[in-house]
Amino acid sequence: MKEEKIKMALHCPMPKFDFDVITLGHGSGGLLTHRLLQSGVFDIFKNDLLDQQHDGAIFEMNGKMAFSTDSYVVSPIFFPGGNIGDLAINGTVNDLAMCGASAKYLSLSFIIEEGFAMDEFWKVMVSIKGAAQQSNISIVTGDTKVVEKGKGDKIYINTSGVGIIHPKANIDHKNIEVGDVIIVSGNIASHGMAIMSIRKGLEFETDILSDTINLNHTILSLLDVFGDDIKFLRDPTRGGVASVLNEIAELTQRGFYIDQKLLPIDEQVDGACEMLGLDPLYVANEGLFMAIVKKESANEFLAQLKNDPNGTHAAIIGEVTTENCGRVIMKSRVGGKRMVNYLTGEQLPRIC
Amino acid sequence: MKYLSEYRDPELVEEFIKEIHRITTKPWTLMEICGGQTHSLVKNGILEMLPDKITMVHGPGCPVCVTSVSVIDEAIFLAEQPNTILCSFGDMLRVPGSSKSLLEAKASGADIRILYSPLEAVQLAVQNPGKQVIFFAVGFETTAPANALSVVHAAQLKLNNYSILASHVLVPPAMEAILSDDENKIDAFLAAGHVCTIMGIEEYHPVASKYHCPIVVTGFEPVDLLQGILMAVQQLENGEYKVENQYSRSVQREGNVLAQNTIHKVFAISDRIWRGIGNIPQSGYEVNEEYKNFNARNKFNIDIPFAEENKECISGDIMKGLKKPKQCPNFGSKCKPEHPLGAPMVSSEGACAAYYHYADADSMLTI
Repeated sequence: MKEEKIKMALHCPMPKFDFDVITLGHGSGGLLTHRLLQSGVFDIFKNDLLDQQHDGAIFEMNGKMAFSTDSYVVSPIFFPGGNIGDLAINGTVNDLAMCGASAKYLSLSFIIEEGFAMDEFWKVMVSIKGAAQQSNISIVTGDTKVVEKGKGDKIYINTSGVGIIHPKANIDHKNIEVGDVIIVSGNIASHGMAIMSIRKGLEFETDILSDTINLNHTILSLLDVFGDDIKFLRDPTRGGVASVLNEIAELTQRGFYIDQKLLPIDEQVDGACEMLGLDPLYVANEGLFMAIVKKESANEFLAQLKNDPNGTHAAIIGEVTTENCGRVIMKSRVGGKRMVNYLTGEQLPRIC
Repeated sequence: MKYLSEYRDPELVEEFIKEIHRITTKPWTLMEICGGQTHSLVKNGILEMLPDKITMVHGPGCPVCVTSVSVIDEAIFLAEQPNTILCSFGDMLRVPGSSKSLLEAKASGADIRILYSPLEAVQLAVQNPGKQVIFFAVGFETTAPANALSVVHAAQLKLNNYSILASHVLVPPAMEAILSDDENKIDAFLAAGHVCTIMGIEEYHPVASKYHCPIVVTGFEPVDLLQGILMAVQQLENGEYKVENQYSRSVQREGNVLAQNTIHKVFAISDRIWRGIGNIPQSGYEVNEEYKNFNARNKFNIDIPFAEENKECISGDIMKGLKKPKQCPNFGSKCKPEHPLGAPMVSSEGACAAYYHYADADSMLTI
C-alpha cells in the first residue's frame, strides 16, 4: 500500500501552477478555476466520462444499484497511514461495499480554505488517484469551492458514488437471526488513535498507522462464496464498534453478546487508549468492517477473510442472542458482564 | 500491557472471588472512594461476582461530580469574558452549571480549550500575551501538585496573564463527613490509590481509629479491587480497624514529599462546598496569599449570584453511600448523559454514568 503511494507520487509530478496557494479566485468558476482544472486535475483523474467536461456525467447502468455519499473533514489532513484524499475515496467505496455493491463511479467535491498550499493540494490529489486506482473506480464529476481564510479548515472533501449490487448479496438487518455470529475484520481503533497521536496538544510517539483502505475487493469475494449467509455488513467508522452493535441491536431487537477477550487490538493502540482514558470500542476505524454471518458459515468465512490482506487479524467476537433484547452485553476480560451503550457526545480526555 | 495485564488476570480474579465468598459470614457495606474504582468495578462486571452479603457503595471521589454548581458558573463567567482563554480537563465540559455547561458556552463562542496538563496552559499564556489564560484547577490531592506547579512556573516566567480557578477537594475530611452522618452505613473504606500516592497513608490512621472503620488503600484494576475488598472484609470479620495498603506498588507510607511540598508552596487549606453534600470545613485547597496574583478569584471580579444545586438530583445521597444510582427516580429517564440533572451522570468517573453505560440492562445491578 505504502509503496504504491510512493510510486504514484513519482508518476505524478506536481504541475506548474500560477500560485503557491489556493486563492478565492480558484473557486470563482472563472479563469483561475479553469486553469487549475486544466493544469492538472483533469489529467490526473483522466477517463472518458470526465473528459466530456459536462455539468454532470452521462452513463448507462443496469440492474440493482447502491448510492452513497459522505463528507470528510478530518483534522489534521495528513496522518500516519494516509490523508484526507485516500480517506474520501475509500470511505465512500467502503460504504457502497457494505451495501453489497461494487463501486463504479464517484463524484468528488472540494471545499478549500483560502491560502491552502498548492503542494499539499497536489499531495491530496495524488493520493486520491492512488485510492481510485486501487478501488477500480472512476471519478466522473466534481466541483471546487473556495471559502475565505478562517471559514474552513484547509480542505473538506465530499464524495458520492454509485455501485452495482453483487447478484448474491442480500444485506438486510431483517435477515439477522439468533445464533448468527459477529465478526470484525481486523484490529480495532487504529485509525482513531493514529489521528489522536498527532493532534495538536496530544502528540505522542507511536508507530500506529491508520488502516484506511478500500474493502470492495475483499467484500465482493466474500459475497461470491457466502452470498446471503452474510446477513449484515457495516464499517464501524465514527462511534466505533460499539455504536454499530448498538444500532443493530436496536434495529433487530435481538441481544448482541461479545467477549472482550476476543476483540482484536494492536498492543500499541490498546496502550494509547489506556493512557488517554479512551475505550477502543468507541474509537473510529477506517478500512475495517463488521459482519453478521450465519453460524454454519462463520468459520469458513473467517478462514477466507484471514487469508485476505485486509483481514489478517479478523476474529469472531460474539453472537446474536435472545437475552437482553435490543442491548449489547460484553463479557469482560475477568469474566464479569457489562453493558456496552451508545457513546454520548465525543469521548473526552479524562481528568486523572 | 506490562504492569496492567497482571492485574486483570482472570485466574487471579477467580481466586480472590472464591476467597471473598469463603470468608464472608455477615453483611458488610464497603465504600470505594474513587470514581475510577467505581467504574472499574462496574465495567468489569465485578459487583455481580461478589457475595450477596457484600454491598459496595460508591464514594465522592469523582472531582467532577463534587464540584459545585456555583464554581461551574464561575468558570463559565470567566470563559465568557473578552480576550480570555479558559482551559479545562475534558471531563468538566459537560457538567451542568445553573443555566448551562462549559460545552454550551464553548458552542456559543467562548474560547474554552481541553488540555491534559496545566503546564500546557502556561505555554498558552506565553504564546498569547494579549489574552488572559485561566486554568480550571479541579481535582483531589492527585491533580493538585501539577496545578500548583503551573503557578510556580508562571511566577518564574513573570506572567501576568495566567491564573487558576481552584476547586480542589480533599479526601480525609470527606470521609469524616460521611462517617459522622447520622444515616451512615459504611463499614469499611477502600481509599483511593492515586490520592495516597501523593499524600501517603498517615492521615488515615486517625479516621480509622476514631470511627472504628477499616481503611484499605486500593488500586484500580480488577485484581487490586478484589484484593482490597478481601483485606477489608478480613478486618471486618476479625473485628479489626487498621489502615492497610493494597496498592504498595505505587503508594508509600509518606507519599510523594516533593509533590506535597509543591502543593503547600501554592495552596492553603480552605472550606469547600461539595455538590450535593454542602460545605465541609477545611476540605479544599485555595491559592495562598503569596500567589494571590495567580488566583482568578482575586484577579477578576466574578460577579454572579450564588447558585443552588438542582433539587431533583440526589447526587449527595449517592456520594455519601446512602443510595445507589438506580434508586434515583430520575435515573435513565429525566436524567441521562445527554441531559443530565447532575454531574455524576456525565463525569467519566461518576457513579450514575457507570451504571448508565455499563449496567442499564434490566437484569443488571438492580440495586
